[in-house]
Amino acid sequence: MSDTISLPGGNARFGSNSGQPMTRRDGVLKVTGAATFAADNHPDGMLYAVTANATISRGRVTSLNVEAAKAHPGVVEVITPANRPPLAITPEAKPYPFAFNIEVLQDDTVRYAGQEIAMVVAETLEAATEGARLLAPTYEAETARVGFDDVDSFDPDAVGVGAPPVAEKGDIDAGLAKAVNRISASYETPAQYHNAMEPHAMVAQWDGDRVTLDTPNQALVMSTGAFGAWFGIPPENVTIRSPFLGGGFGSKAIVFGGQVLTVLAAKMLGRPVKYALRRDQMYGPVGHRGATRQAFRMGMDAEGKLTALEHLTTSTTSTFEDFIEPASNASHDLYASPALSSRHKAARLDIGTPGPMRAPGEASGSAALESAIDEAALAAGLDPLEFRLRNYAETAPMSDKPYSAKALRECYAQGAEKFGWSKRPMQPRQMKDDAGRLVGWGMGTALFPAPMFQAKAKATLRADGSALVETAGADMGQGAWTALHQIAADGLGLDIAQVEFHSGHSGLPDGGIAGGSGHTATAGSALHAAGKDAIAKLTELAVNDEASPLFGAGNIGVTARDGRLHRADDPSRSESYGEILARAGVSELGGEGQGARDPSSAEEYAMFSHGAVFAEVKVDPELCQIRVSRLVGAFAAGRIINPRLAASQLYGGMIWGIGFALLEEAVHDRRSGRIMNANLAEYHVPVNADVPPMDVILVDEDDRYVNALGIKGVGEIGITGTVGAIANAIWHATGVRVRKFPIGIEALLAETSAH
Amino acid sequence: MNLFEYIRPTSVAEAIAAAGEPGSAYLGAGTNLLDLMKGGVTSPNRLIDLTHLPDLGKIEQLPDGSMRIGALVKNAALAHDTAFSKAYPAVAEALLSGASAQLRNAATVGGNLMQRTRCAYFADPASACNKREPGSGCDAIGGENRHHAILGWSESCIATHPSDFCVALTALDATIEIEGAGGRREVPITDFYLLPGDTPHEETVLEAGEIIVAIKLPANAAGFAGHQRYLKVRERTSYAFALVSAAAALEIENGTITEARLALGGVAMKPWRSAAAEAALAGLSPTREAFEKAAEAAFADARPSGENAYKIELGKRVVARALAMAAAGTPERMPALPASPFASDTGAIAHV
Repeated sequence: MSDTISLPGGNARFGSNSGQPMTRRDGVLKVTGAATFAADNHPDGMLYAVTANATISRGRVTSLNVEAAKAHPGVVEVITPANRPPLAITPEAKPYPFAFNIEVLQDDTVRYAGQEIAMVVAETLEAATEGARLLAPTYEAETARVGFDDVDSFDPDAVGVGAPPVAEKGDIDAGLAKAVNRISASYETPAQYHNAMEPHAMVAQWDGDRVTLDTPNQALVMSTGAFGAWFGIPPENVTIRSPFLGGGFGSKAIVFGGQVLTVLAAKMLGRPVKYALRRDQMYGPVGHRGATRQAFRMGMDAEGKLTALEHLTTSTTSTFEDFIEPASNASHDLYASPALSSRHKAARLDIGTPGPMRAPGEASGSAALESAIDEAALAAGLDPLEFRLRNYAETAPMSDKPYSAKALRECYAQGAEKFGWSKRPMQPRQMKDDAGRLVGWGMGTALFPAPMFQAKAKATLRADGSALVETAGADMGQGAWTALHQIAADGLGLDIAQVEFHSGHSGLPDGGIAGGSGHTATAGSALHAAGKDAIAKLTELAVNDEASPLFGAGNIGVTARDGRLHRADDPSRSESYGEILARAGVSELGGEGQGARDPSSAEEYAMFSHGAVFAEVKVDPELCQIRVSRLVGAFAAGRIINPRLAASQLYGGMIWGIGFALLEEAVHDRRSGRIMNANLAEYHVPVNADVPPMDVILVDEDDRYVNALGIKGVGEIGITGTVGAIANAIWHATGVRVRKFPIGIEALLAETSAH
Repeated sequence: MNLFEYIRPTSVAEAIAAAGEPGSAYLGAGTNLLDLMKGGVTSPNRLIDLTHLPDLGKIEQLPDGSMRIGALVKNAALAHDTAFSKAYPAVAEALLSGASAQLRNAATVGGNLMQRTRCAYFADPASACNKREPGSGCDAIGGENRHHAILGWSESCIATHPSDFCVALTALDATIEIEGAGGRREVPITDFYLLPGDTPHEETVLEAGEIIVAIKLPANAAGFAGHQRYLKVRERTSYAFALVSAAAALEIENGTITEARLALGGVAMKPWRSAAAEAALAGLSPTREAFEKAAEAAFADARPSGENAYKIELGKRVVARALAMAAAGTPERMPALPASPFASDTGAIAHV
């Protein structure tokens, strides 16, 4: 396909492709600027769209100065609820998967600050920007509700993406009653924003009733159905090109209003239209990690075994849509307890709808759970690692299912060894560095589900013995294409250099969703199966061809290796793919494959990646500035396709954990509801100086049930465990237990004297 | 962004003449101004680009021993000038603690003096701000103000000045050389910035059209070279503005402080020189008790402007620590993470 980008083949390496620490296939394109991101596509005649976004959180737009905007040189059109052309569906219809009630200028209501209230389209970005400013909206504002205490909570029907809000087993009160030690503690996590480096963007161009969209997208083929629904055209009339994403983290999987309006503007004006969000516009319409309050009660017997574990979360969502951060679910599958209760409540605020953000539920839930477990260990008088081992779950605690594989003990052991955990004093404020800074050590367990979705792929063997593999997958920058390419090459028995890999285009077989840490497993399984299918067809040709040295080997079987088929019983008898095809007069031989989990395995087993994270922090004893000085993470996540990229994903997750623990927080003005730090100068994420020396240990794990290849995922698990480990290390350094994230100077200052 | 005129003058006189047009703004590297323009915080109709003016890019040692820094010298270039950083190490340390390497490579020292507050309400055109729109009110009061001023604020404005560089300059009695239609004049940096009072939109003593052409550091400031430090506390280890910072400089003879200099950042709408703290230190031994006494003096008049009382306690601790660091002696080499509580311990002490 001419508008996919051909990636260079990999370097020839000895041995198989999977398991090799290959560098990213797209790295050269990116560092040389040759990689085209969505917003780099500028078709002839393209117009620029800029939205005006609400500055109140609740109320109504009473006026927009459309005349002033239209009078500005270069402005072509102003789209408001008054003149917006019709769409095929309403925001409430939600006829496609992962559909959210989104803003498409359906009315003059303002439901959160940052909501799109008009779109200005102009010949230049500058003219569109100034046009949007000239709209000078006026409002009828009502009191903004942006804090937990501004509203009553309610019982949601579902949490996360369709999960039950309550799960319980055993009797919590009875468990607490018979406990020797108990804790109860409440934690708070703030609203956080994805802040992908690449802003959300869309370039839309129509050709009759077909539309081509350049937009970063984590779910390419699924999204063709979504955009098709909005415009009343079949999915196959929508082409989405998304060869590269500059980060997605869940926020580029869900269609948002600005995208629909861009497609609409292009249709309305008969010209291509580009819309790219400003950084501040990414705080509202494109999802976030909702704030949580999490309350725990735990009881322990004389041996330190849990008798009860209760986890109640209240999560924030918008007034018009539900995405309830499923934080309590983090307690389902980790620590054994005869009584277990996880429940959720929700609070509707005048905010943009939250959405999945890297480890949705698990990140917030783990931050609080791992902190609470640290408090429980202390109450039980046990080392935090020993406490976790005593409460090690041999089967998944809530479901009682066996784990498909669980090398968490090995993670604990290898991580603790590398970190030197055994030297940790039990009591806080026991360690200092040479400069007199307080030093503390903490740990947390990492846990993340290992889901699979549905994917398809094609493999084509070519006359010269090389191959083409295709799937509409998404690479968010983490190197998915490289890992998928490696798997595909192994399915074909070819070196990666012999395999051309196409992805990132919705016209290719559906690669599924790049989310849930399941993309490599799902799309990888499909690619591998497609290769196997092609090889099976090739085998048919060879074993039935009298001229082939493989003739008659049908019952014995052949193996595909290094571009040749070999007789299974006599590897010296072999023939190259090209020779087989040439003799058969076949120029191309195609195979197809699907990736999906075996339903019986899915029913029978609990499937998770596991890990253990150990953190060292330093705290200035008077100034209370905090810095993470060491992080060790040991993770077991099934078969690792590319150890370099897997480690890189885990580093990235752990660094995100630093941000969660110490820095990240969207600050709403409590009166207007506006986010006052909607930029990268004031919404702090870690910078290089915040990132300490880190070790990632990839713990060997053979999981026979997750999928035929044994692949789990590493995209999200790095955040889990890390946040709690850092919070616990801060307690160990200072003796101060801060239960509100992010943990900062002010919280510690009050608790420490100047001496 | 509004349509605006862009002018590139070739002389200071030409620049000043161009600025006669109301609504004009001088452009240095634009690391602050362009962001404000994109955000709709300020909308000049004429930008006068000063970066091509001749003769403003030099760092010179003057015959009287003072040092003159042209307004167009880049922050990074000044920090890495060997003679400068030897004479005024706390200024170099302050410069290197600010922004990021990329911004320091672009930003000019004259522009640094003119950077605007980071108050989120100033940066948000939908909020009331007396600084941005005189008479409109101050939404920072009663708002999210944990980072706001604890000294010198008024009922009209509780913003702070964000510069690190200016804090060190203030401690060391820098003067600012200004040129305008009426000729050249020099103003001590301690008089350059105005506290908000009832007119927070008036931030400096610059008259319309006046340009900063140079910054001068006096010869006697070099007397502190052996005992001067800049300390900056913030949540993020780098690339963040100070919650509180301090530049401390001491002259110590025979175990006694003969003269002390102290200026604070992040606490007021100007770099805050504390004469009271300096006076409290003169004649004392450089002990923890003396530094704590000075810290108390520095914040005697401090009061929270909102939810920021913690900054008073934090500020006292920063002052005591900065003075202790200065007393210990200027490190021979600039530490990694300049000005940070996590700065490397370089061991060797210079100038003692």
